[in-house]
Amino acid sequence: MNVKATLFAAFLALAAPLPATAQGFGGLGSAADEAFAVPTPAPTFDFPADHGAHPEYRIEWWYLTANMTGPDGTAYGLQWTLFRSALAPFETDGWDSPQIWFGNAAVTTPAAHYTSERFARGGTGQAGVTAAPFEAWIDEWHMRGETFDVLNLRAAGPQFSYDIALTAQGPLVFHGDDGFSVKSEQGQASYYYSQPFFDLSGTLSLPEGDVAVAGTAWLDREWSSQPLASDQTGWDWFSISFDAGEKLMGFRLRQSDGSYYTSGTWIMPDGQTTALPNGSFDAEPLESVDVGGREVPVRWQLRVPDFDVDVTVAAINPQSWMEMAVPYWEGPVTVSGNRKGIGYLEMTGYD
Amino acid sequence: MLLHVTDLKKSYAGADEFIPVLRGIDMEVTSGETMALTGESGSGKSTLLHLIGGLDTADSGSIVMNGQDISSMDDAGRAAVRRHSVGIIFQQFNLIPSLDVSANIAFQARLAGVYNSAKADELAAALGLGDQLRKYPEQLSGGQQQRVAIARALAAKPRLILADEPTGNLDEATAAEVMAQMLALVAQTGAALVMVTHSPRLAGQMGRQLHLSKGLLA
Amino acid sequence: MIATGLSALWSHWRRNPLQLFTLVAGLALATALWSGVQAVNSEARASYDAAAATLGEGQYDQLLPKAGEDIAQETFIALRRAGWLVGPVIEGQIGAAGAQVRLVGIDPLTAPGGLGPVAGGSIALPDFLEDRPVFANAATAAKLEGFIDAPIVVEPSIAPDTAITDVFVAQRVLDAQGSLSRLIVATEQPMGRPPLERIAPALTRRPAQGGSDVGRLTDSFHLNLTAFGLLSFAVGIFIVHGAIGLAFEQRRGMVRTLRALGMPLRSLIALMAAELLVLALIGGAIGVCLGYLVAASLLPDVAATLKGLYGAQVSGTLQLRPAWWLSGLAISVLGTGIAATGALASVARMPLLASARPRAWATSRGVMRQVQMTASIGLLGLAGILAAFGNGLVMGFGLLACLLIGAALALPLLLDGALRLAASLARGVTAQWFWADTRQQLSGLSLALMALLLAMAANVGVSTMVSSFRLTFTGFLDQRLASELYVSTESIEQARALEAFAATRTSEVLPLLSVESELAGLPAELYGARIGATYRENWSLLASSPQVWDLVAAGDAVLVNEQLARRAGIWVGDALTVAPETTLPIAGVFGDYGNPIGQAIVSEPLFAQLHPQVRATRFGLRTDDAGSLRVALTAEFGLPAQSITDQAQIKAFSLGVFERTFTVTAALNVLTLTVAGFAIFMSLLTLAGMRVPQLAPAWALGMTRRRLGQLELIRAVVLAALTAACALPLGLALAWVLLTVVNVEAFGWRLPMYVFPRDYAVLGLFALGAAVLAAAWPARKMSRTPPADLLKVFANER
Repeated sequence: MNVKATLFAAFLALAAPLPATAQGFGGLGSAADEAFAVPTPAPTFDFPADHGAHPEYRIEWWYLTANMTGPDGTAYGLQWTLFRSALAPFETDGWDSPQIWFGNAAVTTPAAHYTSERFARGGTGQAGVTAAPFEAWIDEWHMRGETFDVLNLRAAGPQFSYDIALTAQGPLVFHGDDGFSVKSEQGQASYYYSQPFFDLSGTLSLPEGDVAVAGTAWLDREWSSQPLASDQTGWDWFSISFDAGEKLMGFRLRQSDGSYYTSGTWIMPDGQTTALPNGSFDAEPLESVDVGGREVPVRWQLRVPDFDVDVTVAAINPQSWMEMAVPYWEGPVTVSGNRKGIGYLEMTGYD
Repeated sequence: MLLHVTDLKKSYAGADEFIPVLRGIDMEVTSGETMALTGESGSGKSTLLHLIGGLDTADSGSIVMNGQDISSMDDAGRAAVRRHSVGIIFQQFNLIPSLDVSANIAFQARLAGVYNSAKADELAAALGLGDQLRKYPEQLSGGQQQRVAIARALAAKPRLILADEPTGNLDEATAAEVMAQMLALVAQTGAALVMVTHSPRLAGQMGRQLHLSKGLLA
Repeated sequence: MIATGLSALWSHWRRNPLQLFTLVAGLALATALWSGVQAVNSEARASYDAAAATLGEGQYDQLLPKAGEDIAQETFIALRRAGWLVGPVIEGQIGAAGAQVRLVGIDPLTAPGGLGPVAGGSIALPDFLEDRPVFANAATAAKLEGFIDAPIVVEPSIAPDTAITDVFVAQRVLDAQGSLSRLIVATEQPMGRPPLERIAPALTRRPAQGGSDVGRLTDSFHLNLTAFGLLSFAVGIFIVHGAIGLAFEQRRGMVRTLRALGMPLRSLIALMAAELLVLALIGGAIGVCLGYLVAASLLPDVAATLKGLYGAQVSGTLQLRPAWWLSGLAISVLGTGIAATGALASVARMPLLASARPRAWATSRGVMRQVQMTASIGLLGLAGILAAFGNGLVMGFGLLACLLIGAALALPLLLDGALRLAASLARGVTAQWFWADTRQQLSGLSLALMALLLAMAANVGVSTMVSSFRLTFTGFLDQRLASELYVSTESIEQARALEAFAATRTSEVLPLLSVESELAGLPAELYGARIGATYRENWSLLASSPQVWDLVAAGDAVLVNEQLARRAGIWVGDALTVAPETTLPIAGVFGDYGNPIGQAIVSEPLFAQLHPQVRATRFGLRTDDAGSLRVALTAEFGLPAQSITDQAQIKAFSLGVFERTFTVTAALNVLTLTVAGFAIFMSLLTLAGMRVPQLAPAWALGMTRRRLGQLELIRAVVLAALTAACALPLGLALAWVLLTVVNVEAFGWRLPMYVFPRDYAVLGLFALGAAVLAAAWPARKMSRTPPADLLKVFANER
C-alpha cells in the first residue's frame, strides 16, 4: 500500500465526481458512491479469484518493488505497477468500458532512474488481469505465471527493459485486521495483502548494456473505493526487509494540520504478522534534497519501539522521481542502525 | 546689489569671421531701480538683455544675480534663474497659443511654484484683462496680448523684469497706456526693471539710462 | 512643475485635436497594417499546426492498410501487446448529402501526445470518457444536429467540417464496430519491439509529412506574406515619422516659450518622451484591434488557401494571441521611438533664441539635403553591392531594406529636381508661383510621399511576384502533371502486368523510376525517364543544347533541375557524374518548383543499366479518356481505387490555391495604399492651417480663393503622379529582388519575371485617386478660408 491511494485520488480528482471523503464511512451512502462496493471489516478472501480484478471497486493495484544487485555488487531497484481506476462499477466488452488502466515501470541505479508509463482502456484486451492462470498486463508489459507464487515479469521503456523471474519463499501476508486496512481515523479503509517473500533473478537492459541481477521483491495487492481522507496531503511508505529475516511495512499519512496517521505491519520470517496501530510506527525525515525544484526527504529515522527498531533509511538514488501523469518519488533504500537491511521508499504529495 | 555684470563679452559667428556684439560690459542694477537700455540697432542691447535673462551664454565675463554667477551655470541652472528670478517681456508676444489668458498668466508662476490666484486676478484686473481670461491669445489685440505677457512676468514675483521693446509693436496710444500700466505695477511690486527701447521719451521715464554703442556702454 | 509642463503640452493637443488624431491614427494604422499581416501569417501557421495535431497528420508516422480501407481492431491490440505504441483512429463521413462532416474517433488514452481537445485541456479525461462528447466548431455542430446522439461540444479550434469524438462513439455512429481506419505511431517507442511485418503484415507505415512537396509552396506563400509584413512596417514607420515630425514642428514655438519661462530642457524632453509613449501605447492598442479586424476578414481566404495546399482543413477562426498584442504595441512604441529620436534631438539642439517658425516652411536645403543625398546614395550603392555579391536569405532581406530606404530618401530630391525643372519651364506668373510653392511644400509632405512611394512599390513588387509565380507554376503543372492518371502498384509482378494491361489502352505509359543519390557532392535524386512525346512536347527547359531530347534518350546526356544546377554551380555543357564511372554532359536545365533537393534525369535504359535493382512500381498514364481508363483499371485489372490518383484534380487544387493567394494579396495591396493615402490626407490637413500666411500674399495680389483651392488639388495630383512614376521602377526592382534573390536563397530556384503593364496602370490610377481624395477636403477648406483670416497675416506681422 502506498502511493497508489494518492495516485488514484489525484487521477480521479482530475474531474471525476469524487464526493468529499472527509465524512468517512458515514458518508458512504452518498449517491455517487452507492454503486461502488466498499471494503468491510473481517474479510474472507477467495484465492485465486481475488488475485484478479475487482471492477466493482473504484481503485485497485498490483504493485511490485524489488531490491537487486548486479554481478559487481551494484545495488539496483525496480518497480512494476498496474493500476485500475473505474469510472463506474462494472466492466464491458468494448470501447465503452469504464475501467481505465495505467502502468508504471522503473529501474533505479545509483546514478540513474529510468521510467515509463502506459495507459489503456478495459474491454478491448489492451490491459487487464486474469486470476488463473495469473496474468496482469498492459501492452507488452506483463506479470504472469501458472500460480501467484511463480511469476515472470516484463516491462520496457525507450531506455530500459527487464525480464525477471519471481519465486515466492513464504506465504501471503495480510495487513491491518486480517487484510482490512484502515487508512484514517475517520475510517477510510482498503483490502490489503502482500507477497513480501519473492526471490528474484533476471536481466535488466540498460543503455550501458544488459545486467544479470538477483535479489528480492515485494508485491502488494490492494483495492478500495475510498482512497484517502480529504485532509490527508501526502504519504510516506516503507517496505523493509531486515537481514535477520523480519520484514516491516509502515506508512505515515500526512494531514493538513501537520499531524500524522501511521500504520504498519511487523512480519516474522515465517509470515506471522503483528499489526502496528496508529502511533506505534514512527518515521521522521532527517535530510531533504532538491529533486527538480522540489524538496523531498530522502533520509529517514524509523522507530518501532515494540520491536526494538531504531534505524536510518537512506535512498540509494535520491533523484528517483517518477515524472508521470501523477508524479511521485519511489526508489530503493538501504537500512542502517540497530538493524540492517534493504527496502523501498515511496512518497507522494511533494510535487 | 541685485545684478552685477563684469566685462561681459559676446560675439556671433558671421560668414567668415566672428562679429563681436558685446565687447566688455560692466554694469550694476540695484533692487527696485528702473533702467533704460538704449542704442542703435545692432548695438547689442537685446543680446545683453538675453544674457542677463539666462537665455544665452556669454563668451567671457560674469553676470552675478542675487549673489549667483549666471554665466557659470549649466542649462538647468539658467532655466531655474529664468523661472524664479526674472520676468521677461518680449517685443514678440510669446504667449502660449494653446492656453487661454488665465493659464498664460499663471504659467511662469506655477512653474516657479509661487502661483497665487488672488495675486494673478489682481494683476489681470489692474491690466484690464478681467473680461478676457477665458480667451485665447489669437482672439486678443496686440495691446491685450502684451498686457498678458506683463501679467505673466509679474505673477511669478521676480526681483528683476527684463523687457525688450515691450510696446514696439503697438500703436502710440496703446503703447503709452500699456507702458504706464507696466511701470505702475513694477513700482508696486518693488522689482527692478531693465528695458530695451529706442524711444527717448520712454527712456526718460526710467530712473537711469545706459546707452550702448558698438558693443560698449557709452 | 511637471504638472504645469504637461498641462501646457497637453493644451496643444486640446486646441489642435486634428493633429492629435493624425498622430494617433497614423500610429494605429501603421500598427494595424503590421499586426494584421503578422496575425494572418501566424494564425495560418498556428491553425495548420493545430489541425495537424488534431488529426495526427504531418507530425506523426501512421500505419495504413496496404489494401482496403479498414484495420481490424485485433491488429491494434496485437501491435500494442507487441510493444508498438500506436493510437487508433476511426473516421468516416456523416451528415446530410452536401453537408457531410468527417467524424474522427480517437482513443485519448493511447493517442500520442494526447491529441485533440483532450490535449488542449478543454475537457478532463474522465469527463471525456464518461460523457463521450463530440467536438466540432459551431458551423459543423449545426450540420451534425440530428445525425448524432452524443452530446455536441462547440470547440472553435477544431478544423472545419471535422468532428472529433471517442472511438466508441465514432465506431457506433459509423456502424464500424471492431474496425479502425489508421493508427498513429508515437514518436517514442520502447526497447525490443518486433518489426511491423511480423505483427501486422497488412499495414504499411507512412512517414510524417514534414517536408512534403506542397510544404515548399506554402513556405513560398508565407514568405510572400512576410515580405508584405516587412514592407508594411516600412510604410508604417514613415507614416509615424511624418505624424510625429509634424507634431514637433508645430510645437517648436511652445518649446521655446516654455524654456524661456524656465522649464529645464531635460524635463521638457522627458515630458515629451513620456507623452509620446502614452500616445504610442494608445495608438498601438487601437492598431492591434484594427489589425485583428483586417486579419479576421482576410483569414478565411488564407485558411482556404492552406486547405488547398495541404488538403487538410484549417480552422478559419481567429484567436487573439498575447504575442500579437505585445508585438503590435512594441512596433508602435518602437516606431514612435525611431521617429521621435530625431525630433527630440532637434528640440534638444534647438538654440533657445532660434526662430520658432516651424521648419516645415523652410525648403530643405544645405546640410540636411547633403546628408539625405549621401545616405540615399550610400544605401542604393550598398543594395547594388549586395545584389552583386551578397549571399543568404538575410542578405536578401538586407538588400530589400537598403533598396527601399535608399529610394525613399532619394524621393524628395528627385521630386525637388522635377519641380525645379517645371518651374524653370513655367511661363505665367501663376504657374511660376505654383511650382515654387509646391517645392516649398515638399519638405512638409515628403514623409507622406515616401510612404506612398513604398506602398506603391510594394504593390508593384508583390503583385509582380505573385503573378509571375502563378504563370510559372501553371506552366510547371502542365509539364509535371502531364499524365492524366497516376497509378501505384504493390509489386514488381503487378507492375509488369499493369504495363501490359495499359499498353493498348493508353497513348503512353511513363514509369516513375528514382533512386536517392549524391550528385556533384549534394544529396539528390536520379530519375529514369521514358523519353517520348510527353517529355518532348510538354517540358520546357530553362536552358538547353540542340537536340536535347535525342541526346538524353540515347543515354548520351543528362538533365538537371535548377536547384542542383545553381547549388553545384553547373549549367548546360558542364559534365555531371551520375554514377561511378558514368559522366555525362548536361544537355538541359529544367525548372522545378515544388521540390527542395536536386534532381537529374537520364533515359530509362541508362537508368536500368546503372540501377538494375530498381524497378518502377508507379506509373503515369497518358490517355484521352481518364474516366473509362480508371474504371478499367479498377474493374478489369483489379487495382484498389486508392492506388489511382487523378492528376486533373491535383492541378485544379493547386491552381485554386493561387487564386486565393491572389485574393489575399489584392486585399493587402488595397489596404497598404489606403494607409498611404491617409498619410497624405493627414499631412495636407496639418499643413493647410500653416499655409494661410503663404497663400495670403497670393490672394492679396488678386488670386481667388477658389483658384487657390483648385491649385492645392492639382498640387496633390502632380506630387502623387511624380511619386507613382518613381514607384514603378522601384517596384520592379523590388520584384526582381524577391524573385531572383530572395526566392533563390529561400528555395533554390529562380522565378522568371513577367511584367504586367495593365495592372501597373490601374495601380497608378488608384494612387492618383487616393491623392485626389486625400487633397479634396484640405483644398475645400482652403477655398473657404474667411478673408479676415488672410488679412490677419498682415495685421500681425510675425
